[in-house]
Amino acid sequence: MTLLKVRNLTKRFDGLIANKDINLDVPEGSLFAVIGPNGAGKTTFFSMISGFLPSTAGTIEFDGHDITRKPQDQIAALGLIRTFQLVQLFKGMSVAENVEVGCHLRTKGGVASALFRPSWFYQQETEVRDRARELLDFVGLSAQSEQDADLLPYGQRRLLEMARALAAKPRLLLLDEPAAGLNTQETDALALVIQKINAQGTTVLLIEHDMALVTRIAQRIAVLDFGRKIAEGTPDEIKQHPDVIAAYLGVEEAEHA
Amino acid sequence: MTSPAITSTRPTIKFDRISVILWIGAAVLFAGVFAYGGYLITVMQLAMIYGVFCIGLNFFMGYTGQASFGQNAFAAIGGYGTAILCVQYNMEPVLALVTSMVVAGVAALVVGYPTLRLRGHYLAMATFALGLITYDISVQWTSLTQGYMGYAGIPPLGIGSYTIEDERMKLVCLTVLALIGLWISQRLRNSRFGRALRAISGSEPGAAALGIKISRYKLIAFVIAALYASASGSLFAHTVGFISPEVFGLHMVVVTFTMLYVGGVGTIAGPLVGAIVASLLPEIVRSTGRFQDVAYAAILLLMLIFAPKGLYAVGDLFRSRKVDKPETRA
Repeated sequence: MTLLKVRNLTKRFDGLIANKDINLDVPEGSLFAVIGPNGAGKTTFFSMISGFLPSTAGTIEFDGHDITRKPQDQIAALGLIRTFQLVQLFKGMSVAENVEVGCHLRTKGGVASALFRPSWFYQQETEVRDRARELLDFVGLSAQSEQDADLLPYGQRRLLEMARALAAKPRLLLLDEPAAGLNTQETDALALVIQKINAQGTTVLLIEHDMALVTRIAQRIAVLDFGRKIAEGTPDEIKQHPDVIAAYLGVEEAEHA
Repeated sequence: MTSPAITSTRPTIKFDRISVILWIGAAVLFAGVFAYGGYLITVMQLAMIYGVFCIGLNFFMGYTGQASFGQNAFAAIGGYGTAILCVQYNMEPVLALVTSMVVAGVAALVVGYPTLRLRGHYLAMATFALGLITYDISVQWTSLTQGYMGYAGIPPLGIGSYTIEDERMKLVCLTVLALIGLWISQRLRNSRFGRALRAISGSEPGAAALGIKISRYKLIAFVIAALYASASGSLFAHTVGFISPEVFGLHMVVVTFTMLYVGGVGTIAGPLVGAIVASLLPEIVRSTGRFQDVAYAAILLLMLIFAPKGLYAVGDLFRSRKVDKPETRA
């Protein structure tokens, strides 16, 4: 079954065409990657899907719902949860509290329940804390759970953001360049976590610059260049695709020619 | 692994050494004020009234991280609402207080809906304008507000035939109300609702990506702040017995900001701690005579330099160190 269906998605910034007629089908349960060189329009594409940027034309369908130009919180409520290239942790909150916020969509209650605290309130709070502990265990951050989130080193912030996204029980997890700025060791740890998430049944759409990471873990890859999709296929197909090689290693190709 | 004991006790008030010291300090302070009596009682009464205002403002500025320079507008609604209803319509003080709060809440809802689309400096400017407009209205609409003359003879707080006339009893009553305000703030902060507010303060994109309806939560925080502000305006009217436009003017904005930042914006008890410290400080530096304003300003600056997160956060600093040490070793 196709979970995310993108048709003719286009984004124009005045004269500049950042995305042009992109079509994409992300099957449920897959680990899908969108790659492309810098400035290929990956982040624009990603922002439109997650509702952070309105599209100029085209449609986005998630799980049978039309989510084109819908507000971010509505898209998130359907189970499409994103992370950010520049990690957006909640400053001033502890590592555990960051993950607890992630449970927002899967819990209920506002001012009245917080004030009067019926018995389900306490039960839910316990569940939220247990879930946070579980997820921090999963990404390997349980030792830091009471620490301030802004004090974490860079690589761990990425993992925390991922744990937080998982707390929302996403059907589709969108990861925006999760390996950006990480060293090899941190990238390896991250790759393992992403594979584990996918193995547990969550569909993952990964936007990545790091070709090595993507070809290692993705089942299917789409390649963007100059705002267009130039190729799609399995990692092996993509590695040998002449247009992809040209896009990534264009300078060298020209030198060889 | 973290010990489950630490996490499971988090939503309740922690009675560790720092809080115990703080509570004992507060008790000693109040005992001293009670024994000393006189003018200090009035100072502490005002501290509690401003404290209520600041606890409310902290919802919007502290937890949610948004700027509002216009919350005095809602204090004016509370103060004038109480004055008009009690003096002209002989309404019960408690009923007048609640009615004014409802009016202020609705006003905040109506004003906040369009205004809260703004962010950062623009939001600050818009809310600032709100305060100025309210001040102008309270000066110009003389048929309703009696202009600069203001309202005098506002009855003290009480229920039915029982009124609180004694200044010490008034202080007790105001302190109890401020503590209730604090208790509500603490309950709301440690909940799904409070976490959503603090998430918005931490990162709006991050919060939106997790499905938090940003504008709705900002609006609720704004309305809560307005309810507190209105209550403090009413309490001022009942306690002092007189209000005028100046009471809810720019002075109030500056004073409450000072209190919020001195005490610790975003902390639970910080606003009340700040209100007490910033109210007592001028009395303490009074002995320096001509230099009292300089001394006051200098001490405030020193506090902000050496305790930028507020006095309340100084306690947290020691607290978190103690909690962290065994964990970092693990």
